[in-house]
Amino acid sequence: MENQWFTISVYSENNVGLLNRISGIFLKRHINIESLNVSKSEIDDVSKFTIVAHTTEKWVHNIVGQIEKQIEVIKAYYHTDEETIYQESALFKIASGLLFDERQIQNIIKDNNAQIVTVSRDFFVIAKSGRRNEIDEMHDQLKPYGIMQFVRSGRISVTKDEMKISAILKEF
Amino acid sequence: METVKEKKKGTDSKKTIKISGAEALIHCLLAEGVETMYGYPGGAIMPVYDELYKFQDKLTHILTRHEQGATHAAQGYARVSGKVGVAIATSGPGATNLVTGLADAQIDSTPMVCITGQVTRQLLGTDAFQETDIIGISTPVTKWNYQITEASEIPEVMAKAFYIARSGRPGPVLVDITKNAQIDEFDFSYEKCTAVRSYKPVPKPNKTAIQAAADLINSAKKPFIVWGQGIILGKAEAELKELVEKTGIPAAWTIMGASALDTSHPLNVGMVGMHGNYGPNVLTNECDLLIAIGMRFDDRVTGNLDSYAKQAKVIHFEIDPAEVNKNVHADVAVLGNSKDTLGLILPLLNNNKHEAWHNLFKEKYKIEFDTIIKNDIHPTKEGLTMGEVIEEINLASNNKAVIVSDVGQHQMIACRYAKFSQSKSNITSGGLGTMGFALPAAIGAKMGAMEREVVAIIGDGGYQMTIQELGVIFQHKVPVKIVVLNNEHLGMVRQWQELFFEKRYASTVMVNPDFVKIAEGYSIEAKRISERKDLKSTIQEMMASKEPYFLEVKVEQEDNVFPMIPSGASVSDVRLK
Repeated sequence: MENQWFTISVYSENNVGLLNRISGIFLKRHINIESLNVSKSEIDDVSKFTIVAHTTEKWVHNIVGQIEKQIEVIKAYYHTDEETIYQESALFKIASGLLFDERQIQNIIKDNNAQIVTVSRDFFVIAKSGRRNEIDEMHDQLKPYGIMQFVRSGRISVTKDEMKISAILKEF
Repeated sequence: METVKEKKKGTDSKKTIKISGAEALIHCLLAEGVETMYGYPGGAIMPVYDELYKFQDKLTHILTRHEQGATHAAQGYARVSGKVGVAIATSGPGATNLVTGLADAQIDSTPMVCITGQVTRQLLGTDAFQETDIIGISTPVTKWNYQITEASEIPEVMAKAFYIARSGRPGPVLVDITKNAQIDEFDFSYEKCTAVRSYKPVPKPNKTAIQAAADLINSAKKPFIVWGQGIILGKAEAELKELVEKTGIPAAWTIMGASALDTSHPLNVGMVGMHGNYGPNVLTNECDLLIAIGMRFDDRVTGNLDSYAKQAKVIHFEIDPAEVNKNVHADVAVLGNSKDTLGLILPLLNNNKHEAWHNLFKEKYKIEFDTIIKNDIHPTKEGLTMGEVIEEINLASNNKAVIVSDVGQHQMIACRYAKFSQSKSNITSGGLGTMGFALPAAIGAKMGAMEREVVAIIGDGGYQMTIQELGVIFQHKVPVKIVVLNNEHLGMVRQWQELFFEKRYASTVMVNPDFVKIAEGYSIEAKRISERKDLKSTIQEMMASKEPYFLEVKVEQEDNVFPMIPSGASVSDVRLK
C-alpha cells in the first residue's frame, strides 16, 4: 500500500487533554501530523479536529479506529483529497514602502486572488486562501521583495458527501 | 451511599450534604460497591487517607509495599471477581509507579480505577514538590483520565470513571485530584453514570451480519473457533459451550481466554500462539472458516500475518470496532457483546459434527504428547520440570485453583498444563508481559475470591521484581500459595539466546538469595524441594494449608518451552524442538 494524503475529521467534546490523547495515537505509530486545525463545528458545543497525514490507507483506518474509541470523541472519519473541498490560509507581512515602490507586488496580489487586510505606515498584510501549492507559489513570488513575516494555517476541509454526524448525535 | 442517605434523612429535598472532597470521594467509592482498595499514602493524597481512616469499617485499604503492587493487586482482584479494581497513590513518584499497571490493564482490558493525589491547584505548573503531569504520562495507557481541580467535580467524575472502566471493552481509568479539591467542602450528592454522550460502549448487533456468519458456519467443512478474553469479560461462557457443542466445532483459546471453557471439554483443543498447542496452530492454516470470538489477533497469536489463515474465511465476533480488520481481515464482522451476539446466532446454527476434522486435532495432539508433553509432565530425566509441578497442582487442587502466573517460561508452562474447571481462573499478564505481576495479582485475586484456592506460579526473576509484597501477605495473612519455579535463570530470554543468539547468555544467569529465608523473614511457612520424591507430598501439604505458603521448586536450569513459533514465523512453522 502506498502513502497518500488523508484528511482526518474528528468531531469531539471540547475537553482539556483530548488533543494530547489524539496526537499520542499518531506518536505511538510513528506517523507525523502534517497539519492540524481545531475549531468549532456545524453542531453547537461540538469541536472539530482536521488533521492531515501522509500514510497508507491501512494505517489511517487503524488511526481513525483508535481515535474514535476515545471516550470524548463522537465520530472520526478519513477522506482522500478527491473526496474533500479543502484549503489553507496564509498571511504575508510586507514593508509598506514596497507596495508603492514595487508595482509588481500589486499584480501578484491581483493574480493570486489575495486580499490586503490591513495597511499601516510601516507594513501591510496580505491574506491568501487556497491550496497549499497556490500559497507556496505566491510565497515564491513575494520572496524576492522581502517578506517580514509569513504564516500558514493548517488545512480546513469539508467533504463532498454528507457527514451524517448530526444523525449520530440524535441517537444519544 | 447508605451513610449519605442516613445523613440526608429529615433534611431538605435537595438530597445534598456539605462535606469535603476527600469524604465525598469515599462516598463515591462506597456507592460504586468498592469494598477493597490497594494503595500507598503520601503528601498530596493525605486528606483522602484521613477519610479512609474514618471509614475503615466500610472500606478496606490494603497498604501494598510499592504502588506498582497496588495496581497489580487491583488487577488480580478485578480479573477474578469481574468487579472494578481500585488503586490509590500520591502525586509524583506515587503516580508514576502506577504506569506499568495501567499499561497492563489497558492492553488486557482490565477494569480498574486509579486515584492519584496532585499538588494543589495554585501550584500546578510550578514544578512543585512531587508534582508530575500524570495526566500527560498516563494518557496513552488509560481508557480515560481526568484531572479534578475543584471538589464539586468529584461525584460526576468518579461516577463517569467507574462507568467507563467497567462498560464496553473494560479498561483502566485514572483520576487525578488536586489537594485543594480534596480539602474544600461542597454540597455532595451522588448519581451513578449510565451514559456518556460521546461514548458508545457496546455496538448494536447487526442481524444481517449474524445471518451471514450463521450461513458461513452452517456450510463450513473445517470450521475452527478461537476465543479470547471477550468470552470472560462478556460473561458468555455458557453461550460458548453451547456453540461448541451444538456445532461440533473444535475450539482453541488465547492465553487471555483460558478457563472460559473447561480444559477437559472434548472440543477444547488447547491454546493457540507462540507456545500454544501444535494442532490449533498448524490447523489454523488448514481450516476453511476461522471463527474468532472476543480476541484481537495479537502477534503472539498469529505469527506472520502474511501466512496466517489465508485459506480461510474469517468471522470476527468483537465488541471493539477498532479491532476489526486491524490485523486480520474479517469476511464477516459481528459487533457487540459476546453474550448477546452468540445468543443471537445460536438459534440460527445447525446441529453438526465435524469428526474427521476434529480427529486431525487429536492426531496432532498425539504427536505433541509423544514429543513434548509426555516429557514435560511425566519426565524420566533426573531434574524436576516445570510441567510436572503444574500437573501436581492440578491433581492436588482437583483443577479448581485460580492460577496466577508471572511472565516467562513458567507462565507458558502454567498456561499449557494448568487444568481449569471454572472461568476466571487464569490470571496472567498476557498483552504487556509484565514481570512482577503475579505476586501482587495473587494477593488481589485471593481477596477477590476468598472461597477459592489461589496459586501464584512465578519464576525466580519476576518474583524479585515485586517480592516486597510478601509484606502484605504477612500483615494480612493472605492465604495465597506461592510457587517459585527456580531455574536460576531468566529462562525465556535464556531460551531465545540459546536458539537465536548462539548461546551468548548475556545477563540471564540469576544469582539468587535464599528465598526460603526471605519468606520466613515474613513469617510465611516456606519449603524448598529439588527432588521428585518430595514433589507430590509437598504440593499436597501446600494445598491443604489454610495459611500463606511459600514453595521453591528447584527445576532444570536449561529446559526450553516447546512447541514454539519463532518470532515472525508462520503458525504452520511451529517447532517441536
